[in-house]
This record gives sequence, structure tokens and C-alpha cells, in this order.
Amino acid sequence: MAEPILKVENLKKYFPIKRGLIGALKGEPPKFVRAVDDISFEVGKQEVFALVGESGCGKTTTGKLVVKLLEPTAGRIYLEGHDVTELKTAEEIKAYRRKVQIIFQDPFSSINPRFRIFDVLEEPLLIHGIGETKAEREELIFKALEMVKITPPEDYVSRFPHMISGGQRQRVAIARALILNPTFIVADEPVSMLDVSIRAEVLELMKELKEKMGVTYLYITHDLSTARYFADYIAVMYLGRVVEMGPAKKVIDNPLHPYTRALLAAVPEPKPERRNIIKELPIRGEVPSAVDIPPGCRFHPRCVYAQMGLCDSKHPQLVEYEHGHFAECHLVGKI
Amino acid sequence: MAKNVLDVNNLKMYYFTNKGVVKAVDDLSFTLKKGEVMGLAGESGCGKSSLGFTLMGMPTPPGKIVSGSVKIDGREIVGLPEDVLRKEIRWQKISMIFQGAMNALNPVYTVGYQMIEPLIYHKGMEKEEALDRAQKYLELVGLSSDIVYRYPHELSGGMKQRVIIATALLLEPEVVIADEPTTALDVVVQAQIINLMKKLKKELGLSMIFITHDLSILAEISDKVAIMYAGKIIEIGDSEKIYYEPAHPYTQKLLASIPRLHEDVERLEFIPGQPPNLITPPKGCRFHPRCPYAMQICKEQEPELKEVDKDHYAACWLL
Repeated sequence: MAEPILKVENLKKYFPIKRGLIGALKGEPPKFVRAVDDISFEVGKQEVFALVGESGCGKTTTGKLVVKLLEPTAGRIYLEGHDVTELKTAEEIKAYRRKVQIIFQDPFSSINPRFRIFDVLEEPLLIHGIGETKAEREELIFKALEMVKITPPEDYVSRFPHMISGGQRQRVAIARALILNPTFIVADEPVSMLDVSIRAEVLELMKELKEKMGVTYLYITHDLSTARYFADYIAVMYLGRVVEMGPAKKVIDNPLHPYTRALLAAVPEPKPERRNIIKELPIRGEVPSAVDIPPGCRFHPRCVYAQMGLCDSKHPQLVEYEHGHFAECHLVGKI
Repeated sequence: MAKNVLDVNNLKMYYFTNKGVVKAVDDLSFTLKKGEVMGLAGESGCGKSSLGFTLMGMPTPPGKIVSGSVKIDGREIVGLPEDVLRKEIRWQKISMIFQGAMNALNPVYTVGYQMIEPLIYHKGMEKEEALDRAQKYLELVGLSSDIVYRYPHELSGGMKQRVIIATALLLEPEVVIADEPTTALDVVVQAQIINLMKKLKKELGLSMIFITHDLSILAEISDKVAIMYAGKIIEIGDSEKIYYEPAHPYTQKLLASIPRLHEDVERLEFIPGQPPNLITPPKGCRFHPRCPYAMQICKEQEPELKEVDKDHYAACWLL
């Protein structure tokens, strides 16, 4: 792994659930949704680190914590060695956000429909006081649009978002993130709302920008095929924990955790000869609520290999099995 | 040889909007055999959902069937009056799993109450008998029978989708159209639903049209695949042929744009540009403005579907 640019240590985010009046009077203990529950990872410079998991596993919460849209309950986040959780004043946070940007899933709702493309891209420049005159800002905006291959830019700057296609909208969202020349981009499911043919286009673009501009990505997705294609490292999350983490190809070709195996078995592949085989998935039931997390290994109620007496009582540790390849399971090597 | 349960010939369905006529389904012909699953793929706006609604005899207004024929189990449905369609065709002969239908369950009624409605109207069943039947079908789709007494908010997304599938099967239709039945579901749940549909196909000999833009999901279930582009079928054939020997440049590009789980892909391909406006589609081959191999003839004349191989047709001048 390259020299780490982002370091996350023992990060936790608990969302409190409101107790009713009666609950409070009875003195019931307050309850929490443990969205992110003690995770640590490092992202190397100019690498793509993918967080993969089902809905509700805490991957988006992690992304929001990294851009400081949420404050962590506990834990530390370091960017280029500086503790991000220490930043408190608006000034400090603003300076941080110039370096760390986010691309959201849905380009239909992440762009203000009343703004022209020019205004969409000018807003971050105005906020951060970049470009003294309108002409200077225009130059930066044109450059950003060219970078995301919306050309010629002068044809697009005066359009409204509804006048361009979904793929172009997502590219405008990428341009908006890039215009500040950030070092780190959190991309939260940037292609899942797009058509297959456009998906490839946006992924290729993000890959190209990584090389050209030296950006580092935290790529949040539920899609293991795009993670394998785009990411260098993959961390699989389940109920707020990282259950497996390692180089993308290793995690996919040699998964250690039963949950990763189940996820991999669930990925559809364009191979028609599979149509007559019904392959049972090695997983039971559905994701439990993040309020009542099962004791022991939190995956044990759904795990087909779970050993009672061990998995349902003892919490497994994240252990490095091969160089850089971690898993949190009692049964690695035994299944 | 299995009989044809669905016979579509030169079907045209246009939307008559204020801005002009949108040719959403433009001269389609295909057949579906009993027990066969046909996958229908294409980008958004290519007319695949419009085709689904048209086959149900209910094009969305301002859409109208302009010409052509749809025979379900030998019976022509184009031109039938609305009340006959409603009483004798829809849900009885052909049913549909709508896109996002799981969010359309009424939150104030129990699942059972909503499921038995077609049984009471179509079969004149008593409530108890209908509930019995609904429970049987819920078990068939892998749910417990007491789900009939539950409300939709008590069910997870995957369970709701199973309820919708059970409802579409209740009247034992000849053909089921599934419009993006797994979008909005998580990967694991999606795979479980696909497994369920494979099982139903095997056990009930279900004939199905499976609509999605995701060619990976389509490969998991389809015997036969039709690729749509701008209101036309541009390639149709057995799954193996379409996936391993695609003939049309559009199909080739679509397949090359999918990231593979176990293969190294150097670079994903993509199709530059956007699908055309269907009010004034380009002259000649509708794909020519985006096609890397376009020739002079492609700009002038529209290609017909040609037989490339046994049961494998494509519409392209390169062939």
C-alpha cells in the first residue's frame, strides 16, 4: 500500500433513538443505532478504497463522517497526518472541505434544479473565495467541464440540470467536486442510479481523473463487480463493522469471511449457462436491526457455518491472515 | 415442440403527445414458447417497459396501439374492448410484476385483503376460499402463510417483492411479465428473488418476459434474449448466442461495458452519446449516430432483422 493519506482509527457513530415519555419514566436505558461500530482502516495516496456492503451496513455513514457531515461518537480520522475530529471552528472545517469533497448517489437530487450548470460550479468557488473576477471563475469552470468531457463547455453552462442527461448530470457533480482541486474524494454509489452503458463511462472517467489529478477515492458501493474493477482495496462492512479487508483481487478471489462469500455468490454474472442452476446462497435470513445487535459475532445468526458456544458468545477480532488481508471470523481456515 | 403462448406480430404502439408522436414500440415481432423465459434489455427510454404495458393491453395514455397483433395462447387481444380485456385477459391470461410494485402495496390493508381481490372479481370466490388460495401461493414463493394477516410495513423489501410475485401468479396466467423485479433490492435479496423465479420457472413451467437494463441479471434467467434500441428489437436469439456471439455492434458494446467479477478487464467500453429522441428518430439505422462502424448505407436505409445463425437475428448492415 502506498503511503496512507487517510487514517481512520476506532471510528464509532451511534445515533440515539428517542425514548417515549413512559420509557423515560420507567428508566429504560437509552437505545442507539450503532451505525458504525469501531472500525479502522487506511487509504493510501492515489488509491481507491472501496467500502462494500448491503444497505444499512454503515458504509454511507462512514463516508459522511470522513467529510465531516457527521460528527463521530468516538474515534479519530487523520488526513495527511492531521486530526480531522479536532477541527471545530467553521473556518477550519471550510479549509478541510476544500481538500475533501463528496459525490452523491443521485445526480437528480444532488444538483439544485434552479441553478444553471454555471451556477452549480461557481458556488464552491464563491464559498472558498477562489477566482477574483467572474472571468477567472469562468475559466476554471470551463476547465472543470472539459475535464469531465462535457464539451464544448459553452454549450452547457447556461443549461439547467433537467436539460442534460443523467450521465451528464453525474459528470457535472464530479466536476463540482473536482473544481476545488481536492486531494480526497468520497464517491457514494456514484454509478448505481445510471444506465449500464453510462456507468462504464463514469467509472472510466473517475479512473482517468485519479491518474491525471492524483485524487484518492473512498468508493462506497454495494456492487462488488465495479469495486473489483475500480478499487485497489476493498473493505466489506456488515452491521457497522469491517468484517474483511484487503487488496481487491484477493478479497474477491480468495474471500475469507463467510459473509463475503455470500455476497460474492449473490453477484449476477453475464454467463447464460448459469440459468438452469439454482445455487442456494450460503446465508440465512435478513440483516438484523442495528439497534439489537446479536451477541458474539454479529453475523452468526445468518452464518451457515456458525458454531454455537463460540460464534454466539465470543466477539471475533480483525486478524491479518495474509499480507494486508484481514478478516474478523473465528473460523477462518476451518471452513 | 412447445406451443407458442405469445405471438407478437408487427406491433406498433405510439404515444400521441402534444410535441409529436413518440414511436416507443415500433414494429416488433417475436414469439414466446411455453416454459420459456425471454429477457428484454436496453437502455432507459428504449421502449422495453412500454412494450410490457402494451402486451397487457393497457398502453399508458397518451399511448395507443397503432397496428399489429398480440396473440396470447392463440387469442388476439388487440382491439378487444376494455371490459373483456379486464375480465378475461389481464391477470387470467397475462399478468405483470410492475417496476417498484412492492412500494405500491396499500399500507392500510392487510396483505391478504389486497391479494384476494382478483380472485373475488375474476373467479367469484368466497373470501375464505380466496384466502386459502392466497396462502398456498405465499408458501410457493417461500413465505409463511400467516403473512396474509400482516400489513405491508411489517414486511421487508424482499418479502414484499415475494408477495407481488405471488399475486401475479394467483390466477395461473399463461404469461408473466416481470418489469425490473429486482431493482431497489440488495444484492443478497436480489439473488434470492432470482432463485425464486428460476424455481417457479422449473416447477410451474412458467413463461415469462423479464425486463431489465442489467444484462448480468438477465443472463441468470433468460433462455432467449431480445435487445431493444430506440423502440426496435435490434437483436434477438438464444442466450448463449447473444452473450457469446453478439452480432449487433450495440449488443457488443453493451456486453463490453459490464465489469466482470472474476476476469480482468483492461478498460470498460462505453457507448458515447445518448439514445435518440423517438419523435424524430434518425433516418436509416437508429443506432448509426453512435455506431463506430457506421457506413453510408446505415444513414439512409433501415436494416431489417436478418438471420445470422439458427434462431439468431440481428438488424445491421454489417452482416
